[in-house]
Amino acid sequence: MSVAADTKKLVARLVLGTVLMFGFGFAMVPIYNVFCEITGLNGKITRTGEAEEPLVVNQDRTIKVRFISVFNEEMPWEFEPLQKVYRVNPGQMQQTAFVARNPTANNMVAQAIPSVSPSEAAQYLQKVNCFCFDRQPLDAGAQAEMPMVFFIDPEIPEHLDSITLSYTLFDITDQQQLVEASKNNNDKRSTL
Amino acid sequence: MSAADITAEHHDEHHDHGPAKGFTRWLYTTNHKDIGSMYLWFSLAMFLVGGCMALVIRAELFQPGLQLVEPGFFNQMTTMHGLIMVFGAVMPAFVGLANWMVPMMIGAPDMALPRMNNWSFWILPFAFGMLLLTLFMDGGAPNFGWTFYAPLSTTYAPPSVTFFIFAVHMMGISSIMGAINIVATILNMRAPGMTLMKMPLFVWTWLITAYLLIAVMPVLAGVVTMMLMDIHFGTSFFDAAGGGDPVLFQHVFWFFGHPEVYIMILPAFGIVSAIIPTFARKQLFGYASMVYATASIAFLSFIVWAHHMFTVGMPLAGELFFMFATMLIAVPTGVKVFNWIATMWRGSMTFETPMLFAIAFVILFTIGGLSGLMLAIAPADFQYHDTYFVVAHFHYVLVPGAIFSIMAAVYYWLPKWTGHQLNESAGKFHFWMSFIGVNITFFPMHFIGLAGMPRRIPDYALQFADFNAIATVGAFIFGFSQLIFVWNVIQNIRSGKKAEARCWEGAEGLEWEVPSPAPYHTFTTPPKFEGAK
Repeated sequence: MSVAADTKKLVARLVLGTVLMFGFGFAMVPIYNVFCEITGLNGKITRTGEAEEPLVVNQDRTIKVRFISVFNEEMPWEFEPLQKVYRVNPGQMQQTAFVARNPTANNMVAQAIPSVSPSEAAQYLQKVNCFCFDRQPLDAGAQAEMPMVFFIDPEIPEHLDSITLSYTLFDITDQQQLVEASKNNNDKRSTL
Repeated sequence: MSAADITAEHHDEHHDHGPAKGFTRWLYTTNHKDIGSMYLWFSLAMFLVGGCMALVIRAELFQPGLQLVEPGFFNQMTTMHGLIMVFGAVMPAFVGLANWMVPMMIGAPDMALPRMNNWSFWILPFAFGMLLLTLFMDGGAPNFGWTFYAPLSTTYAPPSVTFFIFAVHMMGISSIMGAINIVATILNMRAPGMTLMKMPLFVWTWLITAYLLIAVMPVLAGVVTMMLMDIHFGTSFFDAAGGGDPVLFQHVFWFFGHPEVYIMILPAFGIVSAIIPTFARKQLFGYASMVYATASIAFLSFIVWAHHMFTVGMPLAGELFFMFATMLIAVPTGVKVFNWIATMWRGSMTFETPMLFAIAFVILFTIGGLSGLMLAIAPADFQYHDTYFVVAHFHYVLVPGAIFSIMAAVYYWLPKWTGHQLNESAGKFHFWMSFIGVNITFFPMHFIGLAGMPRRIPDYALQFADFNAIATVGAFIFGFSQLIFVWNVIQNIRSGKKAEARCWEGAEGLEWEVPSPAPYHTFTTPPKFEGAK
């Protein structure tokens, strides 16, 4: 019967559509990340690395850069910027640091996640070096100064005169142990 | 349409296999009318359960301070009320109406995939059984709001969230199967002569709704799957600590969520477009523009989702785009409202119960639409966001919008289902109690919302006390007046004056050509459809 055959074909197409849309839901994750990377929308993506050209310092402008630290609810560390506010000229290299202390009796590993506000400014803030590039281990009771070096792109638009950079520390000790455990297992296997 | 042909056909029909007897009739049935009835009863049960939860919420909010329930339980009530009303009451009611009416409106003997139809219904009681059982679990039911934003629904969720996720998966599978069935029925099983542009509008709006369902229910399934993986399998889709982003959750959710709100209103447009011409005794004004308006609303629904999240910190360009795209929806919606009014214009109108509900729909839905336009203004939305103004807005489009249209549809087609004429005085009593109750409940919420009362809180500042007390009184009037509806429907099934095949004088369409009550099997040979006059 032709109606049955038509129905079969149509249903196959609709099921395919359903599967594709399920996939699209997951595809939104990378699409979102790429979109944010291009536009700097979520204020997360800042430029990193050395300056591409020798920097021309613009002495006529100063930009207020404020550092804040945010406590994740499960993170017991003490974590604060060494100096809360800097006034920098665009193009001027500036070094600062955050002070972290692990008051617990356990060795822990942390990861800092940066966020820039306003998000439009994210693409003009370049980090030459930052503690947030790496995982930060701290032994029980230890304290460390975690350095970062940054500059502001001289091409920063006129209306941006104040930038806030916030860091949130997350406890990744468990994940780190898992990674190491699996590494050890692999090593053992290879020696056998 | 020649009525003689069809009645002749029905005389020829042998009513040899009627419904089976006993409970297995309902368990094994593949008959679209049985399944439609089960959907409608299920939806009524969920409507009453969700309504009781709403009354718990309103009772607690009658006075400031904490009176009746713990704040944690209050949050479970707001969450469950939303989930049950959206997925358990409104959506299954529309699917039930589609099951009953679409085959009869297009002259098909049944749905295209009858066995799958049975399956899509019988998943639902299990899905909602599981969702309701979370109320008795350790840590309580989901308490993160029906929008289940991460990380509230992941990191901070009660353990029952996993059952919630599986329930959402199951109801999603049910809706997708229902939608596939409806598309296949409409596209492949129309009577000869019924071209797409001659289909009744209820069929058109359901065709478009079914496509919306197929497009976005899988995205909902995807987002709850991501939550499941974040909670149990160590991924970090929405966890910033692992490189994810909680704002991503809102984008994926509302990519589903905005088309979802049109899924809950497009079939209502179809119902009202069937009822108003009947009782105005005029053809629907602007049929083609109605079809195109429905299609444009469906298209626009995919590109406006971020207006639910203006306050997350979007760039200006994004706010402008989503603001203007949202306002654009007012154009096709305005076309529809205009057409309904133009249909009534100089018609010889009578005001039977279904018509009263349909007219109330047009007026009150428009109020909800206008407050929606206010919310669409991005700079103003920062003030309204997450206040009772939003609550007032979406209840105006969902209660006197979607729910009133469902009630209008039930009253309109009930004589066709039961074979008994409507008890008009009980119907009108129900209508006026509901109409008054709904407005007393939700209109004051506009004011307390503009004054700044946040939504989803069990306690509030003293200056909101009077309007909250009024809203609670209205909620109880509305809630208890639904018992009149239940009584009226049951009475109508059991007794009443015999209804004719065309029990409303001005009714047009194939469903009115078959006798009332509609026989168990209709249109086993396709009727010849010659189009509307």
